[in-house]
Amino acid sequence: MYLRIAVKSLFVPSYHIFLKDSRSELRTRYALNALFMFVVTALSVILFSLGSESVSHDVLAGMLWVIIFFSSMSGLSRAFVAEEERGTVATLQLIARPAPVYVGKLLFNFVLTLSLNIVISLLYILFITNFVVLSPTIFWTTIVLGSCAIASSSTIIAAIIAKANTKGTLYPVLSFPVMLPMLITVIKATQLSIEGAFFSEALGEFQILVSYTVVIVAVSAVLFEFVWKD
Amino acid sequence: MRLASPLRWPPRPDERALMKQVTLSVDSLSKVFNRRTIFEEVSFTLQEQESLAVTGRNGSGKSTLAKILCGLLSSNAGYVRCSVEGKEIPSENMFQHVGFVAPYLNMYEEFSGKENLRIISNIRNLAGDTAAEAQKLLKEFGIFERRNDDVRTYSSGMKQRLKYAAALLHHPEILILDEPTANLDQEGIDVVRKRMKAQTAEGILLIATNEREDLEYVRVFIDLDGRKTSQVTSQVYP
Repeated sequence: MYLRIAVKSLFVPSYHIFLKDSRSELRTRYALNALFMFVVTALSVILFSLGSESVSHDVLAGMLWVIIFFSSMSGLSRAFVAEEERGTVATLQLIARPAPVYVGKLLFNFVLTLSLNIVISLLYILFITNFVVLSPTIFWTTIVLGSCAIASSSTIIAAIIAKANTKGTLYPVLSFPVMLPMLITVIKATQLSIEGAFFSEALGEFQILVSYTVVIVAVSAVLFEFVWKD
Repeated sequence: MRLASPLRWPPRPDERALMKQVTLSVDSLSKVFNRRTIFEEVSFTLQEQESLAVTGRNGSGKSTLAKILCGLLSSNAGYVRCSVEGKEIPSENMFQHVGFVAPYLNMYEEFSGKENLRIISNIRNLAGDTAAEAQKLLKEFGIFERRNDDVRTYSSGMKQRLKYAAALLHHPEILILDEPTANLDQEGIDVVRKRMKAQTAEGILLIATNEREDLEYVRVFIDLDGRKTSQVTSQVYP
């Protein structure tokens, strides 16, 4: 009974907000173009600067997450900034409660981040010849859990900065301290995957990532209504 | 000043059977922006088949009051309460009972008019044949022929018509219109005024306007210009 009410009042509107944002993104390519251009540029710069030099695995793992962090910063704020720039925030506020808006946007950012991170990882493995993943299970689990963590923090920060005048600069500045614990953890987990560690050795990192995501989502769910309304 | 008992249209017996009992109570509502009082102590109560216009010169707070009533803004003091069939509606669920049209609302321009209505009915999780309802509203507001075109190609009048269709999709008991005839041609104005009449017969109509012709469609109005001295003045429009 309660589950049916929750599905009807929360998940159905959330799913339709996610679908609306996905279709809108496929038509306008606001975030996709920015993300794609950033990834191509960042990878090219790294390739040119490295040349034939051999760089340690630790540095390569860090560079992968530098690309992921800044490409996320260039595109993930669109979920809320686009609504603000198009003047459709009021329309959305008039047709849905804050909770489904948050869940819908979170879902959209998660799918976008995960797709982006998979593409970045594949390109990185393909072009950076020194970057050899010996434990693929650890690596891809890190990518999935890292995507969850990035999406959870970037969604609430995007909602906060959407009303500011200096959105572009504020987003990475606000995101960095919030994402720092998560970035340290994913870099560590990626290093373990390159070193060929057993899955059990990375469990501590995965627990941190899951906890981080749960805490951020829980806090965001409580705070979002205050951020979303005036 | 409190509107103790605004005038009512005498309801017909057949209308009474279809109508829901709706009450919109506004008590001592005040709004301050950057230490500037926009309005204060606004109070009124409206029930089904009642209508109210909010008038006042530019900057008097008409749109602000309309936004507070539909939940887009919060007030600094006072409250807005709504009950349907005697059951009080929590503020977070007000959107299910309120339709709002204003020139500053925007639809999704990358989607067509028909898609916009489908998106809105899906997010609202409306039951029943929403596609048929959307089609009916698109025809009523004269944009059915352009239903498959992107909203970005619409004129400002057509966008305003689409906003009406979107606001009426869920059959709101309370319809709030800010500058109801803005951007519309005479044909559009006629359709909107017909709808204003119909809304007054079925539910609550509240408009924020300075158009004298619009005031003919309501029975009571509040003039927000008197806010500084005697707060809100109210009178029955002749």
